[in-house]
Amino acid sequence: MNRLRAVFLLPSTLVLCVLVAAPLAIILSYSVLTRGAYGGVELPLSLESWLRLADPLYLGILARTVAMAAAVTALCLALGFPLALFLSRAGNRKNLYLHLVMLPFWTSFLVRTYAWMFLLRDTGLINTTLIWLGLIQEPLSLLYTPGAVLAGLVYGHLPFMVLPLYAALERMDRSLLEAAADLGAQPWESLARVVIPLASPGIRAGAVLVFIPCLGAYLTPDLLGGSKTVMAGNLIQNQFTHARDWPFGSAASLALMAVILVLLAVWVRREKEPLL
Amino acid sequence: MASVLELEEVCKEYPGHRAVDRVSLEIPKGAFFSLLGPSGCGKTTTLRLVAGFEQADSGEIRLNGAAIQHLKPYQRSVSTVFQNYALFPHLTVRGNVEFGLKHRPAEERERRAREAIEMVRLRGKEERRPAEISGGERQRVALARSLVVEPEVLLLDEPLAALDPSLRKQMRSELKDLQRRTGISFLFVTHDQEEALALSDRIGVMRDGRIEQTGTPEEIYLLPRTRFVAGFVGAMNWIGGAGVRPESLRVARGAAPSGARRAAAEVGAVSFLGNLVHVGARLEDGASVTAEVPRPDGAFRTGERITLWWTPADEVRFSDEG
Repeated sequence: MNRLRAVFLLPSTLVLCVLVAAPLAIILSYSVLTRGAYGGVELPLSLESWLRLADPLYLGILARTVAMAAAVTALCLALGFPLALFLSRAGNRKNLYLHLVMLPFWTSFLVRTYAWMFLLRDTGLINTTLIWLGLIQEPLSLLYTPGAVLAGLVYGHLPFMVLPLYAALERMDRSLLEAAADLGAQPWESLARVVIPLASPGIRAGAVLVFIPCLGAYLTPDLLGGSKTVMAGNLIQNQFTHARDWPFGSAASLALMAVILVLLAVWVRREKEPLL
Repeated sequence: MASVLELEEVCKEYPGHRAVDRVSLEIPKGAFFSLLGPSGCGKTTTLRLVAGFEQADSGEIRLNGAAIQHLKPYQRSVSTVFQNYALFPHLTVRGNVEFGLKHRPAEERERRAREAIEMVRLRGKEERRPAEISGGERQRVALARSLVVEPEVLLLDEPLAALDPSLRKQMRSELKDLQRRTGISFLFVTHDQEEALALSDRIGVMRDGRIEQTGTPEEIYLLPRTRFVAGFVGAMNWIGGAGVRPESLRVARGAAPSGARRAAAEVGAVSFLGNLVHVGARLEDGASVTAEVPRPDGAFRTGERITLWWTPADEVRFSDEG
């Protein structure tokens, strides 16, 4: 019996070893080596990269990254909840609207982020419209700000919030809302006491699906934030490209992973229920 | 007796069909009133109009004399027991029962919830979730949750339909008992004529969105106004245009008493019910009838020739033949 189980588990074990364990081992080993002059790693072993992580500069980037990911998650929830509620009530138009939510995925994320640059830059659609309307004289600096990064990340991650929320709300029996109203609950009370508690598995799933990719995001902050809004992802990417410091890049990516795992562990313990 | 709930010429139309057609009803205070009819007759829609889940196209709904048809469900002091119970799955039994008492002081809330839970005999199950209790218990939670807010009228939408038959009989008597003890008026929707007859002070029989007849169970059963009511409430034999209830039909092996109406028949299926025997028979014109007779001396055999008889007084007449 156990042998049979081992045989069946073999393929997935192999996949996990090759695609997860081995790369992690490589990164871990890089992080304790010395940087090569033109990239790559060299002996001797050294903990220098790990010690450098404690530099306030890097801790600040990490804190900013977590704050940005939290803000994106909160905004996605605030925007996604009404949208998901609407979708779950859309009757026979449901499928059409769901497709509209997923439509942006059919083009490259890069192209969509460039579109934001065209919207936000000094000569972009928003500034020219505002100037044309006479509301402002000088273009507002919208691009290369934390706000631009926030907007881009929210835009890119909204569907990951909407879809699990939709799945949770769609399952909800509509007669529960009637029962709540019947027992004297006004619409906002029904929302707070029935809809949101019942949607909480979707809220949690959506929050995780948005928060974690945001922690590692580097394309959006790179294109929309410029050099002023560096997030953890940009820092790591930079170590492997311009800075040519693979050991430090490896240590930073492992540290980011550790932060994610700790946050998830805290959350799982608090909720006492499986996350996804 | 004063009416607690009145419906006057209430109409509700859906695209292509009139669900509720000029329905007028009066429900006396403290009464157990049943809306009885086949599925699709508009009885549930009528209930939903009273609850406020649907808006009437025209007509007036009055609660204690005040028009309520424009009020939202949460502004109406009626409460609904849903067919599927619609219990909040994320709340415990206690949480469900306390739901409608949110704005009361904590002390009063706890006391009333405790009393309601005791009334439906759910003590000890307060901390369970709906998924962790049986169907009959869920039904009782739904009842307690609605009764605890002390509605003017309790609306019940086929509340027994989801229960298995033995439980249904038990819940039926509990329901009647609860209604008597609380004194709350019940508006009970059902397609089960036996249920309606057993529970109600008054019954409204509905068909195709209209009220066919309103009356006490005796009036509905003994003096049906239309053929539909006669046929829907209780079993009915149609013999030469007259309606005769199965329990009014007598079976004779020889001649029927003089003065009695009679029909020759041939015995079909016979079923022994313990206290009674159901005799299925075929008349000479081919119509099937059923007689419900006390245990006969000798068993009837299929194919045996018999005479069915009844008195003119047993014939059900219709005050307006439709």
